[in-house]
Amino acid sequence: MSRIGWIRLAVLAALVALLETLVRTGIIPYKTMLPPSEMLTALVRLLAAGTATRDIVQTLTCVGAALVSSVVAGFGLGVAIHRFPRVRRALEPFFATYYAVPFFIFYPVLIAIFDLSLLPIILMGFAFAVIAMCIATINGLDRVPRVLGKVARMHRMREFETALRMKLPAAAPHLFTGLKLCVAYSFIGVIASEFILAPSGLGHAIAYAYNDFDNRTMYALMLFVMIVVVTLNMLLHGWEQRLLKRWHGR
Amino acid sequence: MNAGASGNGGGRAAAELHAELGGVTRVYPAVAGYRPVHALGPVDLDLRRGEFFSVVGPSGCGKSTLLEVLAGLQPPSEGKVSFEGKPVHGQVPEGVGVVFQEDASFPWLSVWDNAAFGLRRAGVDSAEIERRVGDALAFMGLKDFQRAYPAQLSGGMRQRVCIARTLVLQPRLILLDEPFGALDAQTRLLMGDEVLRLWRRTGATILLITHALDEAAMLSDRVGVMSARPGRFLDLVETKWPKERDSTIVSEAGFGEVTARLWHHLRGESLKALGQSGAAAAGGRAEA
Repeated sequence: MSRIGWIRLAVLAALVALLETLVRTGIIPYKTMLPPSEMLTALVRLLAAGTATRDIVQTLTCVGAALVSSVVAGFGLGVAIHRFPRVRRALEPFFATYYAVPFFIFYPVLIAIFDLSLLPIILMGFAFAVIAMCIATINGLDRVPRVLGKVARMHRMREFETALRMKLPAAAPHLFTGLKLCVAYSFIGVIASEFILAPSGLGHAIAYAYNDFDNRTMYALMLFVMIVVVTLNMLLHGWEQRLLKRWHGR
Repeated sequence: MNAGASGNGGGRAAAELHAELGGVTRVYPAVAGYRPVHALGPVDLDLRRGEFFSVVGPSGCGKSTLLEVLAGLQPPSEGKVSFEGKPVHGQVPEGVGVVFQEDASFPWLSVWDNAAFGLRRAGVDSAEIERRVGDALAFMGLKDFQRAYPAQLSGGMRQRVCIARTLVLQPRLILLDEPFGALDAQTRLLMGDEVLRLWRRTGATILLITHALDEAAMLSDRVGVMSARPGRFLDLVETKWPKERDSTIVSEAGFGEVTARLWHHLRGESLKALGQSGAAAAGGRAEA
C-alpha cells in the first residue's frame, strides 16, 4: 500500500477508535449509539443467523435493477439528447432543477398505481439516478475529440458502431462519474423508499428496528449498508483511477 | 490555375492519374448569425499515381478543407472528386488513408491495439494482423513500445502510432493533414525522413497539407501553392528531387530556390490572410 493509503487507513482507524472511546466512556450514551466493535459483532451474528437475508436480497435486487436500468436509460438518453442540440438547450433548465424536486412526495402515487410491490421502490431508485447518468453522458460526449469522428468516418464506421467503439470508450472516464453517482443515488432512492412505506427490505428493517428500540439490529444493518456502498464505490474509484492513469499517463 | 496541368506533368498519360478534383468549391453554410464562408475554390488538382504532392498556403486558406473533400469527409459545394476513376461521395473510399493534425490515437488502446484497430474491424485473420502490425510498428520505430498506451508516449510517437494505424490498411492514397504541426523543428525533419521512407516503401500517392515551406520543399515532387481564402492554386512547383532523398536535401542549392519560389507567392497571400482574419474579427458577424 502507498504512503497515502496508510495515512487514509490511519485516519479511518483513528475515527473508529474515537467513536469507540466516546461510547465506552459514556460521553455518547450507550442507548443512543453502540460502539463500532459491537456494531460489527451484531452484524456478524445477524448475517450468521440469516434473519436479515431476505431483506438484504430484496434491497440489493432493487438497487441492482435501479442501477442497471438508470445507467442504460441515462446513457441512451444522454446519447440521444447530445445528438440534438436544440432539444438539449430546451431540456437544460429541467436538468438544472431536477434534483431540487423532493421525489419522495411521489411515492404514495407510485404505490397507488403499482401497489406495494418492488416496482415503486425500483422506480424511485431509477428516478433518483437516471438524470445523473444522462448528464454525465452528455458531458462525456462533449469532451470526445472531434477528430475521432473523422477517424470513424475514415474507417467507414456506421453511427451505432461509432457510438459503441469510438465515443463510448473515449467518454468512459466521464461516464464513470455518472456510474458512481448512479450507485449512490440508487441506494438512496431504494433504501429511503423502503424506509417510508415498504413492508420489507433493508430500509424497512432499519426503520422497524428503530421503532422497536432494537439498536443492535439497527446499527448492524446501517453498518452493512455503509460497507456495501463504500466497497462498491471504492471498487469503481479504483477502476476509474486505473483508467485515468491509462488515459493521462498519471 | 489547374494544379495538374501546369509544370512538366501537363502531358502525362491519363493512366497515371490517381485522384482528381475538378472545379471543386466548398462553401460552409451560414450558421447562427454568421455569413456563409467560401473556404475553397474553384480548384482543379490531378494527383499522379505514386507522387508526393504537398499543398502550402496561408492559415485559413482551405488546405484542410481540400484534403477533407478529397478524402470524402465532406462534400464539395460544386465540382467533381474522383479516386482511381471512381467518384468520391459520402464516404472515404477504400484505399484512402488519412492522418490528421490532431492526436487521433485511441487512449484506451495500447500501441499494438491502436495499430490493429482497422484490421480487426475488417475481419482480417489474426496471423495477417500479427504480420502487418508487427511490420508497421517496426517500420515506425514503435516495436519496443507496442504494449505502451498513447499517454506514455511523446507527441511525435503518438503521431507515428496514427501513421502505423493507417499504414497497416495498405492505402494507395495517403492524405496527411499537417501531421507534424505540433512537433518541434528537429523532430519534424526526422519525421519527414520517415514519411519519405514510408512513401518509397509503399509506393502510395501522398498528399501532404503543411504550412511549413521547408517541409514541403524537402518532401515533395510537386508543391501546390494556395491563395488566401477562398483557396485556389496560384503556382505549382516541381522540385525534381530524386526519389531516394532525405532531410539532407536541405543543404542543396536547389532547395533554397524552391523555398524562395514558394515564399514569393505566399508572402503576399499570408499578408492578405492576416487582413482577412482582422476583418473577420472586426465585422465577420452578419448583421441581425
